[in-house]
Amino acid sequence: MYRYDNYDHQMLADRVAQFRDQTQRYLAGKLSEGEFLPLRLQNGLYVQRLAPMLRIAVPYGMLSSRQMRKLAFIADHYDKGYSHLTTRQNVQFNWPELGEVPDILAHLAEVEMHAIQTSGNCIRNTTTDQYAGVSADELDDARPYCELIRQWSTFHPEFAYLPRKFKIAVCGTRRDQAATQVHDIGIYIVKNDAGELGFRILVGGGLGRTPVIGSEICEFLPKKHLLTYLDAILRVYNREGRRDNKFKARIKILVRETGIDTFREKVEKEWQVLKDGPLTLTDDEIDRMRGFFHDPDYRDLPAQSEALQSALSKDVMFSAWYEQNVAAHKRSGYAIVTICVKQTGSPPGDLDTAQMNFVADLADEYSFGEMRITHNQNLVLADVEQDRLFELWQALKTFDLQADNLGLLSDIICCPGGDFCALANAKSIPIAEAIQRRFTHAELREIGEISLNISGCMNACGHHHVGNIGILGVDKKGEEFYQVTLGGSASNHTALGKVVGRAFSQEEIPEVVEKIVTVYKRHRESGENFLSTYERIGMDPFKTELYGEKPAVRH
Amino acid sequence: MSTYQLPKQLIANCELADNDWLWLGEDAEAADLQAIDGAQHVIAPVALWLSAQDQVAARQGHCIPWLGSADLAAQLAESVADINTIPMIALFFPVFSDGRNYSNARELRTTLGFDGDILAAGDVLRDQVFYMHRCGINVFAMREDQDLDDALKAFADFQDGYQVSVDKPVPLFRRR
Ligand code: SF4
Repeated sequence: MYRYDNYDHQMLADRVAQFRDQTQRYLAGKLSEGEFLPLRLQNGLYVQRLAPMLRIAVPYGMLSSRQMRKLAFIADHYDKGYSHLTTRQNVQFNWPELGEVPDILAHLAEVEMHAIQTSGNCIRNTTTDQYAGVSADELDDARPYCELIRQWSTFHPEFAYLPRKFKIAVCGTRRDQAATQVHDIGIYIVKNDAGELGFRILVGGGLGRTPVIGSEICEFLPKKHLLTYLDAILRVYNREGRRDNKFKARIKILVRETGIDTFREKVEKEWQVLKDGPLTLTDDEIDRMRGFFHDPDYRDLPAQSEALQSALSKDVMFSAWYEQNVAAHKRSGYAIVTICVKQTGSPPGDLDTAQMNFVADLADEYSFGEMRITHNQNLVLADVEQDRLFELWQALKTFDLQADNLGLLSDIICCPGGDFCALANAKSIPIAEAIQRRFTHAELREIGEISLNISGCMNACGHHHVGNIGILGVDKKGEEFYQVTLGGSASNHTALGKVVGRAFSQEEIPEVVEKIVTVYKRHRESGENFLSTYERIGMDPFKTELYGEKPAVRH
Repeated sequence: MSTYQLPKQLIANCELADNDWLWLGEDAEAADLQAIDGAQHVIAPVALWLSAQDQVAARQGHCIPWLGSADLAAQLAESVADINTIPMIALFFPVFSDGRNYSNARELRTTLGFDGDILAAGDVLRDQVFYMHRCGINVFAMREDQDLDDALKAFADFQDGYQVSVDKPVPLFRRR
C-alpha cells in the first residue's frame, strides 16, 4: 500500500499543528462557532446528538495491521471501546472529546493516518472496489489512481469551499462493487479500440434527497489527463454550482439544470487551458504509484487446494461460510476473504477493540499485514492461501466474526441513524437488528442474493436508494416511520429504488420485509435473484401483498 | 453610493502595509467616481470600471476593478487589451465559505497570466489566508476583527502542497 515520504509526513504534521491551533483558538473564544465549523468538518469532526463524532479517513479502504491497532488504541483511550465502519470505507468514533481531537490526530499521524476532508464542502475520500488489485477479473488496479486523486484533492487550495461535498469513486474491476454510478464523479477504467487503458468518466451521480445516476461526460480519457480533467470539472462546479440552496448545491443539480451536453462543453473549455499543463501525469509518476501496490510475495501454489477440499467436504458450517464469504483471487492457490461485520445483535459495521486487534493479527498472519474496508461496512482479507482458509475460519469464530451472510438479506448496510446522528428522522440500527432476527439462517440462504439498505434520513448515508430493498426513516408528525423502496441496485446496472406506498411503523417493518420476500419466492423462476424477479414482475404484486388488493395511495 | 470600509492596514506580500484605497460599493455610478479626488486610489465594481475607462485612464493606475463571487476574471480579461496594464485586481468574499473567487484568483495567475497584485477583501479570515495565498492572492484586507499578527503566521501553515500553486508552479509529483 502507499507509504508516506518526508513530504507527506511534513504536510500531515503541519495539518495537526494547524488544527491544534484552531481548536485552541475556538476553545478560547477567538474563533466563532460558524468560523470553526468548516475547519473542524474538514478534520472529520461533527458535533452529534450525544458527543462529537470523528470520522477517520481510510483512503480507498486500505488499512495496515499497524493502522488497525492504532485505531483500536484510540477506541480504547478516547472512545468507548469500539469503532464503526462507514459506507465511504472510513472509520468513525462516536465519543471523542473535542479538546482531545488534536491528540487523536497526532496519534493517527504516527501511522500515516488522518481525518482530512472526511467531511465538509470539499473533496472527500476517494473510494474503490474492495477487490482492487486481487480480483480475478479486472482491467487494472484502481488504487494507484485513487492515491493520485487523494494527493491531488488533499489540501487543494481552490476547492476547499465548494458549494457542497464532493465524492469520487474509481472502479477497475468488471463487476462494480464501488457504487461508482452514484458518485459526484464516477470513474471506470476502460480499454479503447487501440487497446490502451484510460478512463470513462461519469458526472453528477449521487444519493441524498435527489438520487441521480451519473451521466457520461467523457467516453475515453487517456490516463495522463486524469488530474487536469478533474480540475476542470471541479472548477466549473466551484463557479457555477448553486450556493443559494443547500439542497440544490450538489453537482448533480448543476448537471441536470445545465444539461450534460452544455456542462461537457464548459468543462472542455476549461480543460483546454489546463490540458498538457504541469498537472499532466507523467509515466514516471504513474509507475511510481503502481510500485506502492505491487503484488506481495505470493507463493507458488496449485490451483486446487487439497486441504480446502477436504475441509469443505467435512464441515458444512465452514462450507457455508466459504460459499458465501470467499471470492476468487487472481493468483492460483489464493482467495479473497470477506469478514462480514453484520453479526445479529451488534450494529452493522461496528467492531469492538478486541475484534480490531484480532483482525490486525489475522491480517499479519494470513494476508500480508493488510486489510480493506468495504462500502458495505465489512472487512476484507485480500490475500489468503486457500490451504489456510479453514484455519482462518476457526480463528474468526473465537471473536464472533464468522458471520456467513455476505450478500444475504442480513448483510445490511445501515447508517448510525437516530441512536447517534443529529440529523436523523428515525433510528436505523434497531430496525436492522429486528430484520436480522426475523429470519433463520436457513431462510436467509434460501432467499439468496439480495441487498437491504437502511438510512435514518434522506441524506442517504445508508444508500437506501440503491438497495434491492431500501428503508428510509421519515418523520410523520413527530413519529418515526419508514418508507420502503424496491428495485434499487448499486451494480454496473445501477438503479434507483421506487417507493412501494405509504410508510410503515417500526413494528411493522420486519413483517413488511418478510412479505416482500414471500412475493419474491412465490414468483421467482429457477436461479433468479430478487432483483431480476422484481424487474420481471414489477411493483404490483408487492403492493398487493403489502396493502391489500388496491395499491394504497402514497402520502 | 455605498462604500465598503477597508481596514487601515493591509497585508501585502506577507508584510503589513498602510491602506490607501477607497472601496466603492456595487451601486456606485460614473458620477460618483467623477466626484472623487483624482489623487485618491479607488477600487470600483468591475462593471463600472469597464464602463468608465476614460476616467480609469485619467487616474493613471489609481483606479482598479473588484470582482464579486459571480464575476468572471476571464470576462474582465476579454474586455481589456492587456490585463497586465491593471496594477491590482480586487476579489470580494461576501462570506468566507463562498469559494468562487479562489477560482478567479487561480485563473488570473495561470491562464490569464496576470502578474499584478490580487487583493482579497470582505470576509477574509486568518484560517483561509493560506489557501488564498496559494491560489495567487498576495494582498489581504482582513476583516476588521482579525488579529493581523496572527494572520501573518498563516503563510507558514504548511511548508508544501501537492498541487500546482502560485509559489510552486509544478505539482509535488514532478518535484519528488
Ligand atoms: S442518513 Fe441521515 S440519519 Fe443516517 S447517518 Fe446520514 S445523516 Fe445521519
